[in-house]
Amino acid sequence: MNYKKTVLISLALGSGLALNASAVAATASAELLAYTCAGCHGTDGSSNGPGIPTIAGASEEYLNEIMMAYRKGERASTIMERIAKGYSDDEIKAMSAFFAKQPFKVFPQEHDAELAKAGAKLHKKYCEKCHAEGGTSAEDDSGILAGQWMPYLEYTMADYVSGRLTATKKMKKKMKKLEKKEGAEGYKKLIHFYGSAK
Amino acid sequence: MSNISRRSFLQVTGGAAAVGTLGFSPIIMAGSHGGAGNVVVVGGGMGGATAARYIKIMDPKVNVTIVEPNKHYYTCFTSNEVLGGMRGIDSIKFGYQDLEKMGIKVVQDIATKIDAGAKKVMTKSNGGIAYDRCIVSPGVDFKWEMIEGYDAKVAAEKIPHAWKAGPQTVLLKKQLDAMKDGGTVVIAAPPNPFRCPPGPYDRASLIAWYLKTNKPKSKVLILDAKDKFSKQGLFTSAWKEHYGFGTDNSLIEWVKGAEGGIIEGVDAATNTVIGGVDEYKADVINIIPAQKAGKIAFNSGLVNDKGWCPVNQKTFESSKHKDVYVIGDSSVAKPMPKSGYAANSQAKVCAAAVVASLQGKEAPHPTYVNTCYSVITPEHGISVAMVYNFADGKIGKVKGSGGLSPKDASKEDRKREVKYAHSWFNNITKDAFGG
Repeated sequence: MNYKKTVLISLALGSGLALNASAVAATASAELLAYTCAGCHGTDGSSNGPGIPTIAGASEEYLNEIMMAYRKGERASTIMERIAKGYSDDEIKAMSAFFAKQPFKVFPQEHDAELAKAGAKLHKKYCEKCHAEGGTSAEDDSGILAGQWMPYLEYTMADYVSGRLTATKKMKKKMKKLEKKEGAEGYKKLIHFYGSAK
Repeated sequence: MSNISRRSFLQVTGGAAAVGTLGFSPIIMAGSHGGAGNVVVVGGGMGGATAARYIKIMDPKVNVTIVEPNKHYYTCFTSNEVLGGMRGIDSIKFGYQDLEKMGIKVVQDIATKIDAGAKKVMTKSNGGIAYDRCIVSPGVDFKWEMIEGYDAKVAAEKIPHAWKAGPQTVLLKKQLDAMKDGGTVVIAAPPNPFRCPPGPYDRASLIAWYLKTNKPKSKVLILDAKDKFSKQGLFTSAWKEHYGFGTDNSLIEWVKGAEGGIIEGVDAATNTVIGGVDEYKADVINIIPAQKAGKIAFNSGLVNDKGWCPVNQKTFESSKHKDVYVIGDSSVAKPMPKSGYAANSQAKVCAAAVVASLQGKEAPHPTYVNTCYSVITPEHGISVAMVYNFADGKIGKVKGSGGLSPKDASKEDRKREVKYAHSWFNNITKDAFGG
């Protein structure tokens, strides 16, 4: 298969930078693709922390959406945009399906029990509607928050607050309400709540 | 297309426990379990450990034996943080107990030669170990002869290379600790190609951090065999930011090859490094010699005229010997660098090819990745990444992917990259050694 030629033609047609080899050349299996992620995200996507998130167990749709956003440069990151640009739509789909089938392993994290307790209440009030079942559900397609690594949650929340990450309309509204009532401390409580998951 | 079916992958979790063969048989018979073939892995570093573990994940019925001379493996990556005083040596030390729990046999011995004709790995104390497929991941060896007055003995006692972690790292750390404030640390950086391209500069950074916080009148002098180096722009701008690089009081000075950085000899008695132009008196000397494939690759006829092992880049099977595979630093896998992550990624491609080959199937289509983090201060990390594919019979970079951390990244992102570097370390070591 003449991959170079195909790519050149595709580029000439204006397919953009995201296009790459695997769209036309032979592709690797979902397993082999997913294995390449393990060096940073842990075997089968379960991260040993402290900063890199676990990607196992989230829904296929969520993982796919996030990876596509990284690839398009629409989701801020330190490194993921550079990595995501290496994969075709089909490869991203295959990896997402693989990780969606892996169990989400929870590692114990140091947290403040008082803050966590307060965070549980805030979660119910502001977050539960989309991040269902105390943030443990994958089926809501909003990622798994309970048991996720706390520094990652801090980074992500800070980016939502600063506007570096664009929250959905619904989330923006809830964040505004939360900040008004609880101040920045509200986020801290929430993060300790998610970090307290066992 | 894939030879690793979803089903066989799922079998792993349930099957692994049943495979355990932890007996201490005095006779080494890799082929004695009546499984689906015998794989002997030479070298229990990042490449070898990952390959062994992933063969067991892909097909628990395959008998896997690792031959490794040391009881523990110290990762070369992240060992510079030991030198910088950010972590202890035990935090980079890994054993093989979790691989043994998966049913992998670990033979602590020196593999001397691969007899590709007889399909045996010859060892110093355990005789020959028969294999159906052999994976060789011996890391690098040094070209001692390129620096007069330098050899393994001098390195072990006086002037460490610390390019294989463990006692060498400890020796260099002790010398740094004992050095007076106002001293000079010389790092001699090797010519290409070598293990861990950003490593010497990451090392200079973290030693500079140690000096800045403990012995601020001292400095690091990098004598480089090259005229440019990996992540150079990111390193030098970080050095300007934190270590006064380019000023008279800089904690780091870099002399490129064309300007006298190439060193020709060393006098261990007077602690003097002899360059082509100048001589440099130092308090602590770290020489990272020029490199070649590990010794067993030479003994087994696996190398080309440049001293590295050519392979089929789809499977990592040696171009020299059938059923022998070479991964990691020793293999010719350009454009992939000689890095821990590259070895880990190649090991999985190779494991899949070996499992397929034992099942009489064609090797699956490969995919590879590399990410290297460098830590410059405890709050300043940088990275380089690349996704690779297999096209036109060789490994290539996927267009548009990878590259360096942005030049103008925020302080916050630099800080996050340190956190991610530490997470990467935790994850890749568990991915290879289990646990």
